[in-house]
Amino acid sequence: MHANDLLLLLLAFAAAAFYVGRGRANHIAKLAGGSRQLHSLPDYHGHYTALCCGLPAVLLLILWIIFSGHVISAMVLDSLPAGQFLGDPGGRELLANKIANIAQGVLPKANQPAILVAAAEELNRLTQISRWSVTALASCVSLVGLIWARSRITPELQSRPRVEASIKYALFFCACVAVFTTFGIIFSVLFESLQFFQSVPVVDFIFGLEWSPQTAIRDDQVGSSGSFGAVPLFVGTLLVSAVAMVVAVPIGLMSAIFLAEYAHKSVRAYAKPALEVLAGIPTVVYGFFAALTVAPFLRDFGQGYGFSVSSESALAAGLVMGVMIIPFISSLSDDVITAVPQSLRDGSLAMGATHSETVIRVVIPAALPGIVAGIMLAISRAIGETMIVVMASGLAANMTFNPLDSVTTVTVQIVTLLTGDQEFDSPKTLAAFALGLVLFLITLILNIIALKVVKRFREQYE
Amino acid sequence: MNTSATFGVGTPSESDFRDTRDGDMSDIGLTKGHVTVGSVEIQAAKMTARGVNIFYGDKQAIHDVTVDIGKNQVIAMIGPSGCGKSTFLRSLNRMNDTIDGCKIEGDIRIDGEDLYSPKLDVVELRARVGMVFQKPNPFPKSIYDNVAYGPKIHGLAETRVDLDEMVEKSLRRAGLWDEVKDRLFQAGTGLSGGQQQRLCIARAIAVSPEVILMDEPCSALDPIATARIEELIEELSHNFTIAIVTHNMQQAARVSQRTAYFHLGRLIEVNPTEQVFTNPEHSLTESYITGRFG
Repeated sequence: MHANDLLLLLLAFAAAAFYVGRGRANHIAKLAGGSRQLHSLPDYHGHYTALCCGLPAVLLLILWIIFSGHVISAMVLDSLPAGQFLGDPGGRELLANKIANIAQGVLPKANQPAILVAAAEELNRLTQISRWSVTALASCVSLVGLIWARSRITPELQSRPRVEASIKYALFFCACVAVFTTFGIIFSVLFESLQFFQSVPVVDFIFGLEWSPQTAIRDDQVGSSGSFGAVPLFVGTLLVSAVAMVVAVPIGLMSAIFLAEYAHKSVRAYAKPALEVLAGIPTVVYGFFAALTVAPFLRDFGQGYGFSVSSESALAAGLVMGVMIIPFISSLSDDVITAVPQSLRDGSLAMGATHSETVIRVVIPAALPGIVAGIMLAISRAIGETMIVVMASGLAANMTFNPLDSVTTVTVQIVTLLTGDQEFDSPKTLAAFALGLVLFLITLILNIIALKVVKRFREQYE
Repeated sequence: MNTSATFGVGTPSESDFRDTRDGDMSDIGLTKGHVTVGSVEIQAAKMTARGVNIFYGDKQAIHDVTVDIGKNQVIAMIGPSGCGKSTFLRSLNRMNDTIDGCKIEGDIRIDGEDLYSPKLDVVELRARVGMVFQKPNPFPKSIYDNVAYGPKIHGLAETRVDLDEMVEKSLRRAGLWDEVKDRLFQAGTGLSGGQQQRLCIARAIAVSPEVILMDEPCSALDPIATARIEELIEELSHNFTIAIVTHNMQQAARVSQRTAYFHLGRLIEVNPTEQVFTNPEHSLTESYITGRFG
């Protein structure tokens, strides 16, 4: 039986076990004189039975999924005569892949060596055996679990704490998945970056002022030694993000204050969702809005006053990105401002403070941690945003602080480095991972700073 | 605010009390056009209320209340939960303005000035009529900043030294100085409940108001902290006019010179405290202070 089908079967067993366990508990309760005589409610006994039935069998199945493939292919390879291997571990892996492909019919059997066809058949046979055995074994384990748990159900059995504990472990497991995924991403990026830093020195990458990632693919190509100085990219990123924050923070914060403190209920009911619609617009739409509407407008406007504004400028991308992240700031800030207790406002108003004095001196300081969190989230969005910048601010890695110039950002370069057919071991593609790593470190540092700032200036109510 | 009333055994059913506008209330001694008994008006009145009606939307919370609040006196407002005493108290510095749908009719004056006249600046009014709330609500700032808040927003202090003096003076008057003088710059929210409430009182008197309204200031405090606040009220009453809402009748008897008994949004009786507690004029007042309901 296939693993997915088996999983469904086991879940069905567990569901059945719930009813068996609960029925048993109800029966025992009746004999003992009512469900008050039980330590735990019948439902808890049911859940306990289901856990005993399902959990060990599913764990077994997971172990099988992880290990059976390796074990079987190792068995098949070991059964082959030694001469078939290429010698190094990579060759062994290739051979295993080839056999698996033959076994699955991806490679036609006709023109393969007989020994490999035989190995493929052996592989299929072993796989079949393994599937049936795990099906039988898992079913047995679940049935044994069910019977064991059912036999344990007595009025004294403390099912409730056990079920509670299992809930705790399930939650812990989910938390672990998120944490391990993060670590997985960090390590994968880290290892690729280390590979990159073998061909390009770290110092050149971090402090280099020139970015032109074209490298020679063949020895006879001329003039493309490639230079990987990341400073212009980070300057570009910071420039665009700074423009975005200059737009988004005041507008977002003030609209949040208006919505939370001044707006009439009916205004708020319409204005808040309308603002949040901004967050639902795809970034690609913002992108062509920036490239086709805002950028030309800025160029013409600049020309009218004698400025030379590039037709793809950091200003255009930043302005539109700022509009995009307004809802992040306004929505989160609005929530935290609304959560400030009315008693603080009353206290301030009763002192003879005006509404705006109350907002500025009491409400905003009390809500500051949440507001800063919203702003940090918005900055992370701005730094990570790609589409708008690709379209509106160009690809030229100019080292400039002038928002009227065209700049490029880290994310845009990662996209251009990795789109299209690429070798995955050239410095050019590996540079993307290094950029990603540095970008990650920067956002991490920003977050840590923000946490410190919040802790320092936090004015906690309650 | 509590909205339900509880009644002891042998009293008329709850619905009789609730049906305030249309029902026949004569059986509980409350007639429809009830006129407050006792000494409503006094000689040295700081604030006057005449024919005050307060509505929350369609619901009328206060019916035709007329009462004087004497200068440098403590007036206690007592009554069962939901009788409108807090609502009335909040109307004395227009804190009801912050509640949606709250409408006030009638005439309330401070030193002859109409509180609800369009010309009146509500900010200035609240600087003159301070308020202390049921639950201590110190700002999430340092102790110093809590007390300095009022003087700062009203520009009462010319220099930092002035401000320091004001803070110290207010904290001393609130009887908190000795306890907090070494930690003025720590969070006010870190104090105990009783200390927080005294901090709120210090904050209120830092702007030198003329009247202090107290809305059950001790209900969240233990007996020792309550005793300290009561002492404080006694001291403050030499310089301030105080109106205090309380559920605790002993407290009313201890701290106040006059007592007003509210029932179902009507002011039943106002008299010197001693008289209210020894020889009440109205049968409802008597029922309440003897514990028949409330």
